[in-house]
Amino acid sequence: MFLARILRTTALVTAVATLTSGAALAQKKYDTGASDTEIKIGNIMPYSGPASAYGIIGKTEEAYFKMINDKGGINGRKITYVTYDDAYSPPKAVEQVRKLVESDEVLAVFNPLGTPSNSAIQKYLNAKKIPQLFVATGATKWNDPKNFPWTMGWQPSYQSEAQIYAKWLMKEKPDAKVAILYQNDDFGKDYLKGTKDGFGAKAASSIILEESYEVSEPSIDGHIVKIKAANPDVLLIYTTPKFGAQTIKKTAELGWKPLQIITNVSASVGSVMKPAGFEASQGVLSAAYAKDGADSRWADDAGMKKWTEFLDKYMPGADKTDSSVVYGYGAAQTLVKALEQCGDDLTRANLMKQAASLKDFAPDTLLPGVKINTGPNDFAPISQLQMQRFKGEKWEQFGDILSGDVAPE
Amino acid sequence: MELFTNQVLAGIATGAIYACMALAVVMIYQAIDHLNFAQGEMAMFSTFISWQLMQWGVSYWAAFAITLVFSFIAGIAIERILFKPLTKAPVLTNVAGFIALFAIINSSAGLIWDFTIKQYPTPFGSSPFLGSQLISTHQAGMIGVTVMLLVALYFFFQYTRIGLAMRAAASVPESARLVGINTSWMIALGWGMATAIGAIAGMLIAPVVFLEPNMMGGVLIYGFAAAVLGGLTSPFGAVVGGFLVGIFENLAGTYIPGVGNELKLPIALALIISVLVVKPAGLFGRHIVKRV
Amino acid sequence: MSAAEEVVAEGHQAVAAVPKRGMTLGTGTSLVVLAALLIMPIFVKNFIIFQMTMLLIYGLAVLALNILTGGSGQFSLGQSAFYAVGAYTTAVLMEHFNVNYALTLPIAGVVCFAFGFLFGQPALRLSGVYLALATFALATAMPQLLKLNFLEHWTGGVQGLVVTKPDAPFGLPMSQDMWLYYFTLVVVIAIYIFAVNLLRSRSGRAFMAIRDNEIAASAMGVDVALYKTLAFGVSAAITGIAGSLGAIAVQFVAPDSYTITLAISLFLGMVVGGVGWLPGSIVGAAFIIFVPNIAEGISKGLSGAVFGVLLFLVIYLVPHGARQVAILGQKLAGKLRKN
Repeated sequence: MFLARILRTTALVTAVATLTSGAALAQKKYDTGASDTEIKIGNIMPYSGPASAYGIIGKTEEAYFKMINDKGGINGRKITYVTYDDAYSPPKAVEQVRKLVESDEVLAVFNPLGTPSNSAIQKYLNAKKIPQLFVATGATKWNDPKNFPWTMGWQPSYQSEAQIYAKWLMKEKPDAKVAILYQNDDFGKDYLKGTKDGFGAKAASSIILEESYEVSEPSIDGHIVKIKAANPDVLLIYTTPKFGAQTIKKTAELGWKPLQIITNVSASVGSVMKPAGFEASQGVLSAAYAKDGADSRWADDAGMKKWTEFLDKYMPGADKTDSSVVYGYGAAQTLVKALEQCGDDLTRANLMKQAASLKDFAPDTLLPGVKINTGPNDFAPISQLQMQRFKGEKWEQFGDILSGDVAPE
Repeated sequence: MELFTNQVLAGIATGAIYACMALAVVMIYQAIDHLNFAQGEMAMFSTFISWQLMQWGVSYWAAFAITLVFSFIAGIAIERILFKPLTKAPVLTNVAGFIALFAIINSSAGLIWDFTIKQYPTPFGSSPFLGSQLISTHQAGMIGVTVMLLVALYFFFQYTRIGLAMRAAASVPESARLVGINTSWMIALGWGMATAIGAIAGMLIAPVVFLEPNMMGGVLIYGFAAAVLGGLTSPFGAVVGGFLVGIFENLAGTYIPGVGNELKLPIALALIISVLVVKPAGLFGRHIVKRV
Repeated sequence: MSAAEEVVAEGHQAVAAVPKRGMTLGTGTSLVVLAALLIMPIFVKNFIIFQMTMLLIYGLAVLALNILTGGSGQFSLGQSAFYAVGAYTTAVLMEHFNVNYALTLPIAGVVCFAFGFLFGQPALRLSGVYLALATFALATAMPQLLKLNFLEHWTGGVQGLVVTKPDAPFGLPMSQDMWLYYFTLVVVIAIYIFAVNLLRSRSGRAFMAIRDNEIAASAMGVDVALYKTLAFGVSAAITGIAGSLGAIAVQFVAPDSYTITLAISLFLGMVVGGVGWLPGSIVGAAFIIFVPNIAEGISKGLSGAVFGVLLFLVIYLVPHGARQVAILGQKLAGKLRKN
């Protein structure tokens, strides 16, 4: 008799529970990787191998999500961040992403790094309808919502940045002879293309030399000597940080003073301009969308103060001159924003929808005035840049904030 | 013509980097009879040690000396601890050991000192050398140090008891043992010396290419190529090989139309292989006598 | 005797002589392994099937290196180049000419055989570290060649090519991954049987004679030049087929996939599996796929260092690779039987 009562009570409780959870289901929607307590986000980074310098981005993001979790998570849910090493190898990237999707069952793959790795996983993720969100590469092809509705970029595209330089040169130095030094890979070639497109009909007459180097070369002095022999007025430096510093240093050693424009990728004060020598770096131009962690100008900036606090607490000992730390913070903050906007509808489709409806969002680390805007037909979150000139020991921005969206072909 | 001279001069300047590394390669080859793939990383690590000392306020030359001693001891320690147990293992297993050592050193340096590039000082200054802007005083100093090292090595191997013993131990271990040479310790000593020379190479190269954990990756490829071209048994050949590779590479990049610039490394390597096909022991290496 | 002489001497110390019977597994063991490989996909997720496919593919590439080094005593750090040629042959044929994926395999094999055979010509005069440098040069040159401007129309340049994954034929009710796994398994078994028979044949004996003592082999009438280049050709062809399968499985080819790192991985696979022991190839492949994953599981920041330490542990415990374990196992089994 007693037993029967217990049974009845249990049945009643179960029924009530079912009812309430049924009501909850009406509001809350989940895909694999999300629940009442957790949001599972996947990532791949080159922690080992030739591009291991970028591994710090993954570590920054991990630390950022830990901070978010300590502050209570996103709408009460904690982020579980699963990040794997792809060693910058496309076959390994495919293996690791499949592991994330099929074994770890993540909601989305966030900020995977490198054009080759992202190209390798794009088709798979789009076929599976899994967000490949805010990829860490500046190729133009990530802004292609029609063909790849599950892939979205984050940083300004390399081509749009190069176009900005070309257009600025045409306006300010219309008769300049231009030489280009570029890295012989997807990154360098995108800049080359953007520059040519920017010059348009004037490309053939303006660009007098295109010189490429391989990333395996220890020193690029020989290339600089060759470029100098062609005697251009402007040198466009489309290189990774080490070679950028070498170029600026070598041109100064040669006593040669062309107008130099360096890619945003290598515009870091701490890891390019300082090693190259501040004296040699005077007057170098670039364009920026983010603040520089080593630039004293941002010491009192509210956003950068938050960044410094975060680093001191969650990544003690991190190298503040490394622009990758600024990058990882900004990207992670953008994801958190998109997840917050999702509310209780944590489906993959809604995550893409929210990522594509960011309006005037300004992460702490972006330059004043640069804002993230996306839409159903605009999958390029950051598309604004501002020109800057190196003076003293820091960059000085000048001119308007420029927009340089390039539609993919 | 001016471009040609300039490229040759620039080639010599870059060649000095390769020559320096090639000397270290020859040194280890003399001691252990094969190439050490981790040598570049060991040089990088030594260079970081000296950088760290300077960050702590030690003067350049003091840091230089401390690093040399440290590298010498570290080289011996690595041989004693890691590779002596593998003496009886097949050669290819030893090569796998070098690859493992490469991974360990590279990854540890990245964790300790981060991957951002660091400026490294030079004792020679970087103003133009003898009025030529193509060779800086640093590069001239580097060539000078390389030549000094070369002379020192020559005398060491040719005229000192220990140098002769080391050569004997490497080339005919059995006979060397019979005349009372402790071949096992000769190998350890060779490791120590090779590591110290590598450290010098690293400290001279770092001001040009900047200091970072991956700085020696490319340098080692060229250093191997230079050493093999010059002949692995000849320190003199290795240095000449280094300069030749530097010049080859620049001229190929400048004068071969179309693909020259994009393929200058493959072209330089192909040239080296052609040389090897004609002279299998390298330009200055001793001839191979085959026996059954 | 000079140090240079040692280079030659080193040639036959480098690869310990393995008797040809010692190169394979017994029938019983082979059948057990085969059965395990056949049944396995039914019980696991697609992702694991994909990993197993990659395991077979890398195993095939390690096997190819094993034929070259373990069989004929020639050392190569350039296998990634042959792998790349195979992968690109398949990708270009499938995407530009709509050739059926299965047909691209033999074509890639033939192309790579020719490539390897030609490369074997200059390599003939080189041995030891010199051959290592020559093959190393090939491996560093390959990604740069694939990036060349005038090839860009075909290769996709730095952006690479996306490859379509084939569906299972005849409406078979299995996923693409499972179909590709069985397809790969059939190819790998066929090549394995071919390799075993090759090494047992007249050519195989010639390879091993050259490995053990080149001059003696030549004195006994073995055409050293022919067999050395032949070994390069066969090894390149098998590596190329592995590359083709790899391209289909990964669905993407790009210059960055085929760098010197791949060649070094394959080399490590061979050492860990046991030089000259063909079944060890699969053990070696497992090492190069799974050990990096274990290493990063232990520490992200130090994954390279952990990998290095694990590699050291393996070569300390078994300097002759998995072959040593197998021999130990055999002896133990023998003892047990006696008791």
